[in-house]
Amino acid sequence: MRRELTAVDPRGSASARRTAGIKRGLPFGIAVFAISLSFGVLARPVIGPWAPIVMSIFVFSGAAQFGALAVLIAGGGTAAAIAAGVLLNARYLAMGLALAPSLRGRALSRAAFAMPMVDSSWAAASRGDGTFDPWYLVGVSIPQYIGWVLGTVVGVLIGSRLGDPNALGLDALFPAFFIALLFEEARGRRRIVAAGGGAGIALVLTPVVPAGLPILAAAAAAVAASRRRS
Amino acid sequence: MTAIWVVIAALALSTAALKVAGPLALGGRPLPVKALNVVELLASALLAALVVVETFGKGHSLTLDARVVGAAFAAIAVWRRAPMIVVVLGAAAVTAIARLLV
Repeated sequence: MRRELTAVDPRGSASARRTAGIKRGLPFGIAVFAISLSFGVLARPVIGPWAPIVMSIFVFSGAAQFGALAVLIAGGGTAAAIAAGVLLNARYLAMGLALAPSLRGRALSRAAFAMPMVDSSWAAASRGDGTFDPWYLVGVSIPQYIGWVLGTVVGVLIGSRLGDPNALGLDALFPAFFIALLFEEARGRRRIVAAGGGAGIALVLTPVVPAGLPILAAAAAAVAASRRRS
Repeated sequence: MTAIWVVIAALALSTAALKVAGPLALGGRPLPVKALNVVELLASALLAALVVVETFGKGHSLTLDARVVGAAFAAIAVWRRAPMIVVVLGAAAVTAIARLLV
């Protein structure tokens, strides 16, 4: 799936590449709508009706929002909730460093391209040679941002009528979403090795270190796999 | 209740900072080839780790619950080239059914 779409002509106009990205991002937007709906449902009894919506508008990060919410539900304090969210998003530092060389122009414009970055759009905009298509990235993110905010609003509104979201299996949405992204990404031997290593690191570290760190530490698997001859 | 607004402000600012730090620090400059080789593999490693954490993680520990059934459905559905929406909503449905049966 990804192959045909990264074949977007890199010399194409900015708007053509953004439009191609939006088309690519539409199914992600629907999936993300369902995920953020479950966030709205889970968050409303804990933090009220407005906070989840404002959070989705300004944080726009599933991992950090669910992570911080989980800490609050467990009775953890403000600092612990922030720490969990920051750790869960620490991977954005690595993703931003990877994206940086593909961004031209002034500092403000480079920052503006980095802001809409989410896992799926970052992965989809990768050209497979270590460079990224920034306009394609923005395009893939647009339907997801809309889906994320709308889903949260709907979740907050219908939450009390929906009952326990886990009884509906909504907690399986997230892993399923990432499995779909992973299957598109992990083509070729070295990428499969990197994925296997990343999964192994996460499995070993999850019971040992705070949430979020295992995901960041999985980057070590990419370093190790890059030293293999393909 | 003000605590939640502190959490939201802190997460909004930190997420933005993490995203823009790299592009602000070294925008436009090419990475060395060795680094590019790592970057090319980074998404596979991070996405695989996210799958593991979201499927088996429960806070600070690993657990086996109905999500595994949903994840297995998702893996088969993706392999059979099902559309994204079938993969995701199907996984939720299968997980819900597994919870009913257990």
